[in-house]
Amino acid sequence: MKTKTSGVPLAYRLAVTSRVVAAALGGYAVAALASVCLAWVLPMAQAQGVITSMMLGFVVYLAAALWCFACRSAWRAWAAMLGCALVLGVLDAGLYWAHLR
Amino acid sequence: MREGFRQAMAWLHTWAGLLFGWLLFAIFLTGSLTYFRQELNRWAHPEVLYQQAGTPESLASAQAFLEKHAPGAPNWLIIAADERLPVLTLYYRQTSESGRGSLVETVVDPRSGEAVQARDSRGGEFFYRFHYELEMGYPWGRWLASLAAFVMFVTLVSGIITHKKLFKDFFTFRPGKGQRSWLDGHNALGVLALPFHLMITYSSLVIFMTMTMPASILSRYDGNTRAFFNELFPATAGMGDTAQRQAPMLPLPALYARYLALVPGGQVGMVSVDKPGTASATATFTPKVGARVAYLPGGGVTLNAVDGSVVRGLAAEPVPQRVAGGFYGMHMGRFAGPVLRWLYFISGLAATAMIGTGLVMWLGKRLLKHAGATVQPFELRVVGALNLAGMVGLVCAVAAFLCANRLLPLALAGRASWEVRVFFLVWLASLLHALWRPNGAGWLQQLSAAAAMLLSVPVLSQFATSRGLAVTLPQGDWAVAGVDLACAGFGLVLAWLARRVWRRALQARAEQAPPRAVRIKREAH
Repeated sequence: MKTKTSGVPLAYRLAVTSRVVAAALGGYAVAALASVCLAWVLPMAQAQGVITSMMLGFVVYLAAALWCFACRSAWRAWAAMLGCALVLGVLDAGLYWAHLR
Repeated sequence: MREGFRQAMAWLHTWAGLLFGWLLFAIFLTGSLTYFRQELNRWAHPEVLYQQAGTPESLASAQAFLEKHAPGAPNWLIIAADERLPVLTLYYRQTSESGRGSLVETVVDPRSGEAVQARDSRGGEFFYRFHYELEMGYPWGRWLASLAAFVMFVTLVSGIITHKKLFKDFFTFRPGKGQRSWLDGHNALGVLALPFHLMITYSSLVIFMTMTMPASILSRYDGNTRAFFNELFPATAGMGDTAQRQAPMLPLPALYARYLALVPGGQVGMVSVDKPGTASATATFTPKVGARVAYLPGGGVTLNAVDGSVVRGLAAEPVPQRVAGGFYGMHMGRFAGPVLRWLYFISGLAATAMIGTGLVMWLGKRLLKHAGATVQPFELRVVGALNLAGMVGLVCAVAAFLCANRLLPLALAGRASWEVRVFFLVWLASLLHALWRPNGAGWLQQLSAAAAMLLSVPVLSQFATSRGLAVTLPQGDWAVAGVDLACAGFGLVLAWLARRVWRRALQARAEQAPPRAVRIKREAH
């Protein structure tokens, strides 16, 4: 749906939309998973570690969101978000499982 | 490669700033006003004769009122009187015939112990709640405000990266040079109060973090959020005697003396009494917000309200909790004295102006491309209208809200809601007007309207209430006089801005049409 007033191609628009979604949702997922990881590994009382991890979560979110717009293509943004989320997710699952045992 | 990174950040700064700029402008303006929430509350209820009272006297008044009006309530909540706003605010749950409880709020004079009779107005509370709830239902407003806060965070940091000569440009201001001056102003406002901007933005995320970033709580506590809060502040419910038999409660001043023995010099912000009148009654004393920088909601000392024994002492405050509480406290600035509070307010306005100059620049840059055209592209017209309504329209709405406080009949049913309705109706009218006239004429008219309304505020206070400047100034009642004077001051600033817009419009017209004399000469030839 190319409008005649602006000469911006559809591919560009889709790429921008894709980056926005990667930054907003992908970035949040990475931040949340990173905060979970921190909450497990920080050498503090449980609740204090959770507080610290939540505060640092926003910094991770910021870095992830900026990366999504700084990298060369929307594909790379998604690759980075999904890659980080996968690694952190496996790590979190491992920590949770180790705790249950 | 480095230049590419900076360009990407500039692009992000531009578009994130545009999309959330209007919402952020409203959040920052109402947030700045909130630093004077207590003063606005006093101004909004001019018929109240505020009297200071000591804590014991004030707690005795609260207890007497609640024992008379809410003897069977399951819980009492007493918000202590504050020197900036010396009234008690009492909350209790009233069970109706149908069995469903409704929360009752009463404002009580700490000295007389009588309910304060005042006009129905939300005053400063409106700006305070709007600032983070945006008049939307719980929790949607908080989520939207948190999202806006995160976008602000992204926009700030991408702006810092874009702006390479951070400190050199701080000393650069080239006035009267159009787009260049706007950029200089935007940069100066940004750099001048940068520590404030970063602190206020990041802390707003920290305030609602248990709502917006709860993954680590859910994971560490197996989905039981309550367990997390109980670890921070051990619960007091269910402690002591669970029997519901009646037992007389100790007077609150006596319990307060016990609290002082545990926390020497402790100022109380809030007292909550659980199961008053029963053998298992407890009273929780929470430190006053602003007695120190950090604010840790949920703490306090719980005493058995029947025998005065300690049920729960002050919780330990490990460093992470104090850091989070520090951000919370710094955001609210309740600890600030008058000078620091004004600095907070000015920094908040600087942030608001930074957002505003950014919005103006976005449009200005793009309008330059269409300078010769008679019809602007649709999207630029929309942005122009939203700029006008989002900024000047909001100021009009705030001014109208203040005027409505002075003008609406005191007996009007639902008066406080009508004040809020006036606020939104004026804002809506401003938007419609801005869509009709998104150009210089629209700016001139709305700036003039805002200036006129703000300038009329002290006049209305003088003639429609008993606490105009002629009374408050000689009495040295700076809370009420300050609001009137600030309205007049901002009214003058807006009038000056309107005059500038008007002169520029005259100039532009003079440049478009050749002078009359020249035209006549040409015709003669």
